Amino acid sequence: MHIVVLVKQVPATDNVRLDPEKGIMIRGAKDNIINPLDENAVAEAVRIKALLPEATVTALAMGPEAAREVLREAAARGADRGVLLSGRAYAGADTIATSRALAAAIKKLSPVDLVLAGERATDGETGQTGPMVAARLDMPVVTYVRKVDWQDGVLQVERIVEDGYEQVEVTPPALLTVVKDINKPRPPSLKRRLKALKMEVPVWGPEDLALAANELGLKGSPTRVVKVFSPRLVRQTRMFGENETTSAIDELLRQLTARNVV
Amino acid sequence: MAGHDGVMILAEQKNGRIHPVTHELLHRGRQLADALHTELSCVVIGAGRDDLQELIYRGADRVYLLNPGTMSFFLAGPVAGALTRLIREERPAVVVAAATTSGRTVVPLAAARLETGLTADCTELSIEPESKLLLQTRPAIGGNVMATIKTPFSRPQMATVRPHSMPPAPRDTSRHGEIIEKSYPILSGPEKFLGFIKDETQEVNLQEADVVVTGGRGMKSPAGFKLVEELAGVLGAGVGATRAVVELGWAPYSHQIGLSGKTVAPKVYIAAGVSGQIQHLAGMQTAEYIVAINEDPEAMIFKVADLGLVGDALQIVPRLTAEVKKLKEAR
Repeated sequence: MHIVVLVKQVPATDNVRLDPEKGIMIRGAKDNIINPLDENAVAEAVRIKALLPEATVTALAMGPEAAREVLREAAARGADRGVLLSGRAYAGADTIATSRALAAAIKKLSPVDLVLAGERATDGETGQTGPMVAARLDMPVVTYVRKVDWQDGVLQVERIVEDGYEQVEVTPPALLTVVKDINKPRPPSLKRRLKALKMEVPVWGPEDLALAANELGLKGSPTRVVKVFSPRLVRQTRMFGENETTSAIDELLRQLTARNVV
Repeated sequence: MAGHDGVMILAEQKNGRIHPVTHELLHRGRQLADALHTELSCVVIGAGRDDLQELIYRGADRVYLLNPGTMSFFLAGPVAGALTRLIREERPAVVVAAATTSGRTVVPLAAARLETGLTADCTELSIEPESKLLLQTRPAIGGNVMATIKTPFSRPQMATVRPHSMPPAPRDTSRHGEIIEKSYPILSGPEKFLGFIKDETQEVNLQEADVVVTGGRGMKSPAGFKLVEELAGVLGAGVGATRAVVELGWAPYSHQIGLSGKTVAPKVYIAAGVSGQIQHLAGMQTAEYIVAINEDPEAMIFKVADLGLVGDALQIVPRLTAEVKKLKEAR
């Protein structure tokens, strides 16, 4: 049993404050973390590994050299090894180019029985890379997974949808993207962290994946970002103080009526 | 890229019926098709024939019904397989689906097989007049910036759009269109649909509700959070929760709104005792009208609110519940 977990390094957004005038995030350059849902994916891989003798977990990331840190984080949390796809050729990739690189790396890591990933990353928030990797590997995919049961070589999976939960059965190899509900990852001990710091992380370039430069990065990406702008974030807020609750409630009732929702 | 023409939308389905979000897609699709002087088609996979004429009334020129009775919309793999095949045959220039748990799974599978660009969660789509390219605008980095994206070199140009980001298409019963049935051999994959469990804690579907009432840590206790549920009850609103509240166990994860939960865009959003971390704002700041109740006048939530009430949510929420009740009884 070989489990590959896709992990991504993202900017920390949790405790960030907004610049109210510009509507942008205030954060320092060093605040990069492992994508929170990928922590859940790692924890789930490690949980499944514990059920199966001789299972191994490989964490796979694409990103700058600094993304080694998220692989070490994954190792501290129980992954056996990490592989980093890094180099200039990968830069500027959209989900199509990213999934091409990741799928090629997973093929190189074969045999692979299970691929796990966070449902989406907090930076791009597309949730597309997982299913695209699955398409390229011809694996079935289940997204928004909140429960995995391993039963005699078959995965019984529960995914969260808008109004409930769908239960699906898949036979590996398969790719699952997970949501936060699946488990509660515990931070690793200092000892494990120190051990993970010493882990060698191999870096694979395009030549290792037998991919041409024009299949990767911006050149291999069908989409182009043509404009980035600030949304209308700061609204014209009508504020009512503590002594004005009655008039505030009147205003709210007026709004509810005008909007036909009451 | 000659030979690609037309706008295609993927109908959203639930339990074998067309889901109303499809009518929003038809609205967008019609606008794009008109801007391109081309036709709008709508793909229905696996559903029955009951609702198809309605799709034409709502703007479709052509409806493709794939594999009626032999395929369910539940399994992403086979649905994506059928969609991919139809796209290869019909060669549309633009394909749009809903950014739902099904659309966000099926469409990436198709895009990867077609090696074409896909933009997730768009809130705005338009046609660039000179180039006739699809301009796809979406929130990024937790909604802190908007990005406009193009797919210049490959076809079709694909996008998923957020539910509720556009009103449903108007209904015009004088419209005519054609319905085409196709049955593809089904490649049954190694996936099997076992069943569906309704989320009983969600009386109102959060992402479809006109009003959402969300409670944060400022509700102080499970009993305090109940006050939020009561207000939602009288308003017929969805109940939302912040991450902190879910972690404290006052509400299940299916109610979590924000970066690691659901995104909602209701007509009215009421945040009670919510401080307004970016993580939360990302999931609700595109709501039409936002009301914030918090005792800290400096709370971030007020920055995105249209109406701000400074005060104790534990006092204000029950008062509001009583006033809404009174208002409804007076009618």
